[in-house]
Amino acid sequence: MLSSATKKPKLAVWKFASCDGCQLSLLDCEDELLAIAGALTIAKFPEASRAFARGPYDLSLVEGSITTPDDVERIKRIRQQSKLLVTIGACATAGGIQALRNFQDVNEYIRLVYAHPEYITTLDRSTPIADHVKVDFELRGCPISKTQLLEVITAFLNGRRPRLSNYSVCEECKLRGTVCLAVAEDVNCLGPVTQAGCGALCPAYRRGCFGCFGPRENLNLPSLVAWWQSELGLKPAQVELALRTMNAWSPPFKEASENL
Amino acid sequence: MEALPLDEKINDLKVVLKVEDFQQLLDALIRRDYQVVGPTLKEGAVVYDSLTRVSQLPAGWTDEQQAGHYSLKKRSDQAYFGYGVGPQSWKKFLFPPRITLWKQKSPGEAPEPAELPQDAPRYAFLGVRACELKAITLQDQVFLTGPFIDPIYQARREKVFIVAVNCGQAGANCFCASVGSGPQVTQGYDLALTEVTAAPEAYFLVEVGSQAGQTLLNEVTHRPATGKEVAEARQVVERAASEMSKSLATADLKDFLYTNYENPYWAEVAGRCLACANCTLVCPTCFCTSPEDVSDLTGQVTEHRRRWDSCFSLDFSYLHGGSVRPSRQSRYRQWLTHKLGTWQDQFGEIGCVGCGRCITWCPVGIDLTTEIRALRQAAATLTAGTETNPKSDER
Repeated sequence: MLSSATKKPKLAVWKFASCDGCQLSLLDCEDELLAIAGALTIAKFPEASRAFARGPYDLSLVEGSITTPDDVERIKRIRQQSKLLVTIGACATAGGIQALRNFQDVNEYIRLVYAHPEYITTLDRSTPIADHVKVDFELRGCPISKTQLLEVITAFLNGRRPRLSNYSVCEECKLRGTVCLAVAEDVNCLGPVTQAGCGALCPAYRRGCFGCFGPRENLNLPSLVAWWQSELGLKPAQVELALRTMNAWSPPFKEASENL
Repeated sequence: MEALPLDEKINDLKVVLKVEDFQQLLDALIRRDYQVVGPTLKEGAVVYDSLTRVSQLPAGWTDEQQAGHYSLKKRSDQAYFGYGVGPQSWKKFLFPPRITLWKQKSPGEAPEPAELPQDAPRYAFLGVRACELKAITLQDQVFLTGPFIDPIYQARREKVFIVAVNCGQAGANCFCASVGSGPQVTQGYDLALTEVTAAPEAYFLVEVGSQAGQTLLNEVTHRPATGKEVAEARQVVERAASEMSKSLATADLKDFLYTNYENPYWAEVAGRCLACANCTLVCPTCFCTSPEDVSDLTGQVTEHRRRWDSCFSLDFSYLHGGSVRPSRQSRYRQWLTHKLGTWQDQFGEIGCVGCGRCITWCPVGIDLTTEIRALRQAAATLTAGTETNPKSDER
């Protein structure tokens, strides 16, 4: 607990290649927003305010992946000004959906998409923040969970480590009493290999887990993929489609999708 | 429910409850302020949920279970209990998946327990199978014996009214007969039903297991059973027993597991195991939890919570400096060795009731009965190899 005499810590929110969904989770903390604003000086958060205070910052939340030469330099400057740097979301922690370019030739994409390809300066790969600077904590999700973001901020304010789960989405399904789709409906659900945090949202609405929170610890993708192919009859192209989404570039998903 | 000493008269009492009078049983329970919970269809499976009408039961449905597969099918009759156990067990009521143990509104104040015994829900379980009754008695040992009694479990358990049901068929993953927990319910119930559907008129044969059961039955229309009806009901359970194809040889399991920590076959299972924890969470006897301390942004309001956890998660075995069981191999070995081996040292018997849930609900169909056999085979092969290897004696 920070006493009122203590200077309030400064929070900054930074954006790289991303959709803004994760930083909007901060605004989604409607009930807690006043408490957050009371405990922290929001020094930079363009989604909420034009006000901008200079660094250094006590806590930087970084959204998005590194996709341009300018990004590579900017993230280094942010790191230098940040005591703690926490990445938020699948883009910042794994490269995001835009990392699908990593499996292809980016110049071909540029040629197909843009009328004037010569205006585009981009890297051939979309990469996570941790590939470029030291990251103190990675908050998973596409988007991140508001509850988990609050826990990270609360832990920061109270000087403790965030208490976040690294078990499977299956545990969350069981805790909320959702019937397993993989078993009851033969759905190729990524729950067993995906880190918890979403509260097992999709299975509760009878959709298999899409893997938004990325690979869990000690996952066994080869076994799950073998089951999908032998028991559920999935073709390699279907497995690839399931593995190449928001966390396509995370090493275990990448490796499994390249070994089909 | 405390097992009451029964006089012979009650224990021998067998009566017939007609299907059309079945609703009276629920009505009587509800009149006594019980929250009736029992099987109903949800999300493509038979789950346990609140019931007020017998029409909410999955009448006319059955299930087909294989390792890693579960599906519902229509039956040719309208049996109310013509299916096996589903993905959930009664432990979710007695041992809630998540519960706040206490709250503290500010650092100076005394913590308030979140659930006082008098506020515990008063459940009536409708449709408890023999293996599940056994599972409840195993969890009774965990939570109600020894120096530390779990007050949340205790308060719920003492209030519960149990209507058991004898199984009339065995699922493909059932092996209760081999571990001695079913399919016939023998004790620990207030009322036990056997559903007879083949007769010209479907009926339940009801056995009374407690004074509470006797009192409740008096409010429900029934008549004494004939010898023929008792025999028909017996055949129903005998059929379930004879249908059971799976088995687990338990005799020397503890010694076998204690001498097979280094069995090479553990690595083979670990190659398939996802360490997803599904087996432990569907298991009606698994009782592991993790505590969670949470605070609000100011650090003033704190809560101490408890949630189901599993030996398959990394953090579950976290001690200072790291986790004791980082590999999937060590976690699978821990689970199986505890369930079938060290559980015996802790509680005097194995922790498995043969319900088959861990087999059906494993997303990659790992079957512990098969794995135990494979482990034994691997051990036998090793021993044979050692015996024929003359050098082994020299070491």
